Amino acid sequence: MSAAGSTVSAPFGLVREPIDVAALRAALADPACGGYAAFEGWVRDSHEGRRVRHLEYEAYEPLAVREAERIIAEAVARFGVRHAACAHRVGDLRVGELAVWVGVSAPHRDEAFRACRYIIDEIKQRLPIWKKEHYAGGDSGWVNCERCAAAPHEHEHGGPGAHA
Amino acid sequence: MSAPLYGLLLAGGRSTRMGRDKAALRVAGRTQLEHAMALLAPRVERAFVSVRADQRAEPLRAAFEQIEDTRENLGPIAGIIAAQERFPESAWLVLACDLPLLDAATLEHLLRARAPERLATAFRSSHDGLPEPLCAVYEPGSRAALAAYVAGGRNCPRKFLLQADVHLIDEPNPRALDNANTPEEYAAAMSTMGAAPAAGTRRVTVQYFALLREQAGRGTESLVTAARTPFELYAELGRRYPFTLDPAVLRVAINSEFGDWSAPLREGDAVVFIPPVAGG
Repeated sequence: MSAAGSTVSAPFGLVREPIDVAALRAALADPACGGYAAFEGWVRDSHEGRRVRHLEYEAYEPLAVREAERIIAEAVARFGVRHAACAHRVGDLRVGELAVWVGVSAPHRDEAFRACRYIIDEIKQRLPIWKKEHYAGGDSGWVNCERCAAAPHEHEHGGPGAHA
Repeated sequence: MSAPLYGLLLAGGRSTRMGRDKAALRVAGRTQLEHAMALLAPRVERAFVSVRADQRAEPLRAAFEQIEDTRENLGPIAGIIAAQERFPESAWLVLACDLPLLDAATLEHLLRARAPERLATAFRSSHDGLPEPLCAVYEPGSRAALAAYVAGGRNCPRKFLLQADVHLIDEPNPRALDNANTPEEYAAAMSTMGAAPAAGTRRVTVQYFALLREQAGRGTESLVTAARTPFELYAELGRRYPFTLDPAVLRVAINSEFGDWSAPLREGDAVVFIPPVAGG
């Protein structure tokens, strides 16, 4: 499942190599479209005040692909855009690298912007993809997991699965 | 290019602790030897039973192609050496016949993980972390090293793997390689198996990702569970592993689709507990 290449047969791809933005963008070209909007998510060098050295993305691939394809289909149906595509990296990434790309083409700019925004927001919330940050101090952490891991200690209703 | 893969079933032991021929003990309606051969043969180009000279005509073993030991009193390593002498260009998937809980998924996992450029690929025991020599792939390149090892007066295949260039992997099912050397161990294995589909239990596979993978110390496993729902399964696993994530912050997937915490678990289900996500 690779999003790189000159044609976008699949609207979503998990990729281990740098994302080929030019190829993905070219595949959205359409004479009926007067607007193209894209979003690029880059690896930032800090997170909540901590210095990030590099990070790794891990995905539950079959479900991530399926869910992303649903999101893209939702965006096309909801905003009436002509084409939409997305690629997400997995594996080790350095600061500054492109982690996620979303592109949309549509007859007019407004629906292209809105569909693009919708896709990236839903991708971040719904795809089974995890990010481990490696910090300058040599330690590391799974984003969004370390803090909620402490939560069950604070309230008693942890549920039967809580912990021994 | 990796070497062609042949199979060797080790059934030459004297079964002294069992008090009777282990190959002839019954598991799932057939002998252990037949059970193991049924797992081995479809996965290799040719499959052989390793025998001592005095076992050649024994009816159970005579039903299969055989490789006879060329050295005496070396234990299972003699069988591996005899096979490598006869077909030095082949890699060997070596199996002991006394692994009543061995399943196809475990063998498939081993073959997928096979590293032909190393001397061997083997499981790290879920009990003691040591290599499991009798459910492993030995590459052609291991022949000289094994011969030298034996020439040095040693014959423990586990210690051989400990000091050799070996690719070690985790068992997907932590009980698959439990062996049965005594009548008691055999009875325990039989009760584990017999209990499986009958008394309200089912075999499921669990895949772990991210923080859960690190806390479980493994990426996947297959287990027999009495848990009726993903919720009960997570509670059961939480007693075995130091999970810190409350189920309230997780989602669950069954067979590669988002599922319900209270959905009934069925035989063969593949379950994934999804930690808080952080894509994008």
